[in-house]
Amino acid sequence: MGADTILSAAATIALFLMGAAFFLTAFRIVRGPTLPDRIVALDMLVAIAIGFIAVIALKTGFSLYIDIAIALGLVGFLATVAFARFVLRHGLQPEDAQAENAAHGNNKRRGPRARAARQTGRRR
Amino acid sequence: MLDLVLALVVAAMLVAGGIFTFLAALGVVRLPDVYTRMHAASKAGTVGSGLMLLAAGLHSLDVAIFTRALAGFLFFVLTAPIAAHLIARAAHEAGYRPTRHTMLDEMRDARERAGKKR
Repeated sequence: MGADTILSAAATIALFLMGAAFFLTAFRIVRGPTLPDRIVALDMLVAIAIGFIAVIALKTGFSLYIDIAIALGLVGFLATVAFARFVLRHGLQPEDAQAENAAHGNNKRRGPRARAARQTGRRR
Repeated sequence: MLDLVLALVVAAMLVAGGIFTFLAALGVVRLPDVYTRMHAASKAGTVGSGLMLLAAGLHSLDVAIFTRALAGFLFFVLTAPIAAHLIARAAHEAGYRPTRHTMLDEMRDARERAGKKR
């Protein structure tokens, strides 16, 4: 068993595992149920894509792919920060409030921003 | 001989990274609320893709490429906790509640205490 055989087998196993992980994360994005869940899953999707790119760099021998992976990581981090700012700014989404109430029952443990968001939602 | 050892190390890193990534995705699907899902995604997911990057850098046997891979790995390890903390804080502030199995929510307690004082 040569070095190339071992590497190619390991790369195949890694690609298979990451493909499964990609589908699971995509399922979480589609399913939701709330906006932060989707943001977390998108962040995870970027991490999986970076892993894919690294394995492809190893398989093909083009080391330039590593730079692409770094660039993708930067973009993914900025996207996550922007999404977090969005959630902070807009508060609880109206459709998420329903999902939250369905999951927890109606009790009054709410943050101040949530209360403000509900009031602005009512005004609209 | 050295070839084989290097291949074995790189292969082990690849498979370990794949397993970490898969377990992180499993956690994102199976755990009950945003905060626990984030814990799976940001820790295991970062280690998974970081191991893959390091494996790619190690495989090239080139200092310049390995340094770039290491820089990428360090960047991910530095930014993942920041991103996770930002999302968690934003979600908590916006009023997304943790699952009812949560034992301790110090941020909520602190806010309630601050509300009582006023």
